[in-house]
Amino acid sequence: MAIFSVYVVNKAGGLIYQFDNYVPRAEAEKTFSYPLDLVLKIHDEKVVVSFGQRDGIRGIKFIVLADPRQSGIDALLRKIYEIYSDFALKNPFYSLEMPIRCELFDQNLKGALEIAEKAGNFGPGS
Amino acid sequence: MTVHNLYIFDRNGSCLHYGEWNRKKEAGISKDEEFKLMYGMLFSIRSFCSKMSPLDMKDGFLSFQTSKYKLHYYETPTGIKIIMNTDLGVPNARDILHQIYSTLYVEYIVKNPLCVLGEQLSSDLFSTRLDLYIRALPFFSPRAA
Repeated sequence: MAIFSVYVVNKAGGLIYQFDNYVPRAEAEKTFSYPLDLVLKIHDEKVVVSFGQRDGIRGIKFIVLADPRQSGIDALLRKIYEIYSDFALKNPFYSLEMPIRCELFDQNLKGALEIAEKAGNFGPGS
Repeated sequence: MTVHNLYIFDRNGSCLHYGEWNRKKEAGISKDEEFKLMYGMLFSIRSFCSKMSPLDMKDGFLSFQTSKYKLHYYETPTGIKIIMNTDLGVPNARDILHQIYSTLYVEYIVKNPLCVLGEQLSSDLFSTRLDLYIRALPFFSPRAA
């Protein structure tokens, strides 16, 4: 599990989505000492929807906590943003800035994390 | 590849030294405010990193980068913090910052009986040596890439 957590923060600073992936790893690897610290990336997004049903959305932050050896985090952040726009924004039952409770968003997010982990981990101990 | 600037803070948050080599854009606030902002931001980000860490932390916060620059951080056990902003081509400056501490700060400041610790460093020798050291770094060039 090289990707530990994903968080989505709205414009006001409230956490609207959280996904943690590190419990099994911590138990198995408690004594393993990592040579490096974590990589933390924050991605600020602006979206304007052209058919005008929603206002320009700005200030959504996507945070991914991952192992430093994990590569492709930029691509992963873009992918998470795509999944967000496909399964949360286009969902008529989802209101902006609210916590994300869309099943398809969860499923696709987990799928994207698995793909990223398989594709991008260089180093011992996946 | 270039070094933009360098800050040295003590454990109380006062800025001991600031050196600038290649800064294109000013912060828009006074230098005092900028030092306070830098120290406060680092304090908060270190606290954030230790709280959010899913595993035991070894060194803690090391660096962050934006699309334009990378900030490298090094802290000694005595609370001296050295911060260096470079462009994105520099992978890991931790050893360099450690060198700055051990061969420049310790040699020219700590061992200097006239230097009062805790205030802005007034040693010309330190400033010139630091300047030479930075300019001699393999990734330093007078113009940013």
